[in-house]
Amino acid sequence: MPDLAAKKKRPLWYNLSPLNLPVPGLVSVLHRISGALLFLGLVWFLFLLDMSLSSESGFARLRIYVAHPLVKLSLLVFLWAYLHHLCAGVRYLFLDIDKGVELGTARITSFAVLVLSLSLTAFIGARLW
Amino acid sequence: MVKRVIVGAHYGLRDWLAQRVTALVMLAYTLLFLLALGRGPVNYASWKALFAQGWMRVATFLFLASTLIHAWIGVRNILMDYVKPAGWRLTLQVIVILALAGCGGWALPILWRS
Repeated sequence: MPDLAAKKKRPLWYNLSPLNLPVPGLVSVLHRISGALLFLGLVWFLFLLDMSLSSESGFARLRIYVAHPLVKLSLLVFLWAYLHHLCAGVRYLFLDIDKGVELGTARITSFAVLVLSLSLTAFIGARLW
Repeated sequence: MVKRVIVGAHYGLRDWLAQRVTALVMLAYTLLFLLALGRGPVNYASWKALFAQGWMRVATFLFLASTLIHAWIGVRNILMDYVKPAGWRLTLQVIVILALAGCGGWALPILWRS
């Protein structure tokens, strides 16, 4: 007979790594992270818009500013955050009206959100530079 | 007999709906913006001309107003999830509200400057 007391003492190991999440969970976590990121970037976006519309020379300064590798990288990250938040948000709107709530469909659409937002980021990023 | 139904402060459904309506406004503006930009090369003259049109100013203003409401509901939800001490939560919420209101105030002269 197995020793039940000893068996109960065995340590429990939960794999809480986000990479072990089902894809819809990953999309959900990224939706929150991208949303927080966009909020934090709001002042910066207004700063960029202000510079771009201020004057001819302001627009030219913006061109030089966004050519800096760090600025470019940040813009790409924010572009991804915007697109991911948008795609995942559209998916949630469909879930709200009970479209795509089956497990299989939900997994496919969340995977599509990840792929689509990343490829749109690459596409628009490449068009911009 | 008094029938009292205890269901909280009643702002849940309103905020839930506001989050979705503002999301649709922002989605529509994003598509409009991409269409407007896709029409030709972007330089200062075309950029300025785009934002000089009345409808573009109003549309951008509606987009920003939606963004501020949407951001408030979203950030408030994040704070409610992770910041438990009431004092800290209130402080952070006030900072967020002031920051968002400040952004709204700043956006007006950016959009309506001649």
